[in-house]
Amino acid sequence: MIRLQKRAAPSALMGYLAPVIALFITVLAGLVLFALLGVPVLDAFHAFFIAPISTLYGLGELGVKAAPLIMIGVALSIGFRAQVWNIGAEGQLILGAIAGSAVALALYEVDAWYVLPAMMFASILGGMSWAAVPALLRTRFNVNEILTSLMLTYVAVLLLSFLVAGPMRDPDGFNFPESRLFHDAATLPRLWGGTRLHAGALVALGLVVVGWVFLTRTLLGFALRVNGTAPRAAGYAGFNQGRLVWLALMIGGATAGLAGLFEVAGPIGQLLPSISPGYGFTAIIVAFLGRLHPVGVLFAGLVMALSYLGGESAQITLNLPLAITGVFQGMLLFFLLATDVLINYSIVRKQPRPVS
Amino acid sequence: MNETLLLTALTIITAATPLVYAAIGELVVERSGVLNLGIEGMMLVGAVCSFAAAHYSGAASLGIVAGIMAGMLMAALFAFLTLKLQSSQVATGLALTIFGIGVSALIGQSFVGIAYSGLQPLPIPVLSEIPVLGRLLFNHDVLVYGSFVLVALVSWFLKRTHAGLILRSVGDSHNAAHALGIKVIRVRFMATLFGGACAGLAGAYLSMVYTPMWVENMSAGRGWIALALVVFAVWQPGRLLLGAYLFGAISILQLHGQALGINVPSQLMSMLPYLVTILVLVLISRDRGRIRRNAPASIGQAFHPTT
Repeated sequence: MIRLQKRAAPSALMGYLAPVIALFITVLAGLVLFALLGVPVLDAFHAFFIAPISTLYGLGELGVKAAPLIMIGVALSIGFRAQVWNIGAEGQLILGAIAGSAVALALYEVDAWYVLPAMMFASILGGMSWAAVPALLRTRFNVNEILTSLMLTYVAVLLLSFLVAGPMRDPDGFNFPESRLFHDAATLPRLWGGTRLHAGALVALGLVVVGWVFLTRTLLGFALRVNGTAPRAAGYAGFNQGRLVWLALMIGGATAGLAGLFEVAGPIGQLLPSISPGYGFTAIIVAFLGRLHPVGVLFAGLVMALSYLGGESAQITLNLPLAITGVFQGMLLFFLLATDVLINYSIVRKQPRPVS
Repeated sequence: MNETLLLTALTIITAATPLVYAAIGELVVERSGVLNLGIEGMMLVGAVCSFAAAHYSGAASLGIVAGIMAGMLMAALFAFLTLKLQSSQVATGLALTIFGIGVSALIGQSFVGIAYSGLQPLPIPVLSEIPVLGRLLFNHDVLVYGSFVLVALVSWFLKRTHAGLILRSVGDSHNAAHALGIKVIRVRFMATLFGGACAGLAGAYLSMVYTPMWVENMSAGRGWIALALVVFAVWQPGRLLLGAYLFGAISILQLHGQALGINVPSQLMSMLPYLVTILVLVLISRDRGRIRRNAPASIGQAFHPTT
C-alpha cells in the first residue's frame, strides 16, 4: 500500500512538473478513449494534435483560439489568487461583445479610425458592468460570487439571443437572427496574410506581461495574493477586502468583455446568437493549468486552443464527435488536480506494522 | 378547479421534482462539510445514462438505476480527488461540471432526436379517484412520490438519528469529530456518494419525464439553481421543498407567460429563474448571522488526519 505524507514545505519542482505530468496522462487517456471509440489510435493522435498546427493557417487558428483564452485566463488567475471565484467570464464576454457590437452598429455609416477604439471601450464597460453585479452583491450583501456570476451567464446568453433576434437584427437579413456584417473600420486588422490571426493576439501577449508585472511587482498585486493565502493577515495589513473583490472582478469583466469584442470584430465579423465555444469556462482550466501565473497561462492557453482545433479536426477527418474537446478539457483539469497533490504531499510506501 | 390551473399545477410538480432531488442530495453533502459544485455535471451524466439504459432495455426502472449509478460514479471521482488527494473542492467541482458536460454530450451523440415514451404515472388506488385532488396529488410517477419520501427521510436522518448527528458533527468541526474517533473521510465519502446518487436521479427525471428525450446540456443550469436552493433553505430539508416548488412555479410561469397574456419576448421570460435565484440569494445571504448560525462550519475545508 502507498500513502500520502505531508511534505515539510511545498515542492516548487512539483509545482512546475505537475501540469506536464497531467498533460502527459491526459494524452494517454485520450488515446485510450480513441481506441474505445473504435478509431485507429495513431490516426486519431495525428488528427487531434499534429494536423491542426501543421499548416500556416492552422498556426494562425491556434493564435485565434488562444487569444481569448489567454486574456481571460490571466485575469481569472489574478482573481483566483485572491480567492475571488469569478466563473461567469463567459457572460462577461458576451456582454462585451454585445456592447462593442452596439457601437459598431450605431456607427455603421462612419468610416473613421475611432470606431474600433470606441467599440473596445464599450466592450470593456459592458464586461465590467456584468462583473459589477457579483462584486456589488458579494461586498454589500455577502452573496457568493460563484452562483451569481454563473447565473448571469445564463442571463447573458438569453439577452444575446433576444438582441440578435430583435433590436440588433440585420434589417436586410431575411429575419435571420444575426446582425449586419461589420465594416472594415469596425473589424480588427489581420496580422498575417493567409491566416485569421488578428490584433487581439498581440493584446493577449501584452496582457501576459502586464499581468505578470501587476502580480509580482506592485503592492496591489501583492495585496491580492495575500488576501488569497492569508485573508486575516491581509486585513491586519490594512488591505480592504471589499476593494480587492471589486478589483478582481473588474479585471475579469474588463478582459472578458474585450475578448468578446475581439471575437465579433475579429474572426466572426458580426453579432451571432452564439459567439464563443465556452472560452469563459475553458479559461478557468487555463488559469489552473497555468498555475495562476501569467506566463504559465500563456502556455496553457495554447494547449487548450489546440484541444479546440484538435476536436474540430478529428470531427472532420475521423467523424468523431466534437464533444471530445470537452472531455479532453475536463480530463486535463482532473489529472491536474490529482497530480497537484504531489506539491504538498509525497507518496511513500506504507510500512508494515512492526510485530511486537 | 379549472382545468388549465390544474394542468399548470401538475407541470409545476414535474419542474420542481428534479430540483428537489438535486438539492436534497447537495444539502446532505454540505452538511458533512463538503461543497460539491459539480451537480450540473453529475445531473447531465445521470440524464444521458438513464436515457440510454431505458432506451436500450425498454425498462424505466433500469433507466432510473443507471442514472443513480452514473451520478454516484461521478461523485466518487470528486470524492477521491478532494478527500483522498486533498484537491480544492471549488476547482474539482468546476472540473466535474466541465467534464460532465463533455462526457454526456459524447455519450448522448447517438440518442439525439430519439423520443422516449416516458415514465408512466402510478396512480395510488382509491386516493387517485378523489375528484381534482386525486389527479393533483395521487396520480404521479414513482419519482414524484419518492422525492417527498426522500426529503422526509433526510430530515428524520439528520435530526433524529445517531448517524445523522455524526454527519453533522463532521460538517461542523472535522477536527473535533476526528478526535472523537469518527472516520471523517469515510463519512464525507458516503455523503458525497449520496449527493451523486440524488443528482443522477434528478438527471434521470429530466431525460425520462420532464422532457423525455436527450438534449445536450439539458439541465440548463438546474444543478446551479440546486446549489442556490440549499442556501435558500438555510440547510434545512423542509424549507428546501418549499424553495424547489417556488422555483418550479417560476420556470413554469415563463413557459405559460404568453398564454397568461404577459407579452414579453420568450428569451426575457426565460431569464426569470436565473434572476430570481440571484434575488433569493441576496435576500438570504444579507443576513450574515443567519448564514453563520446555519451553515456547516467546516464547509469547503480540506481534512487530512495528520494535520
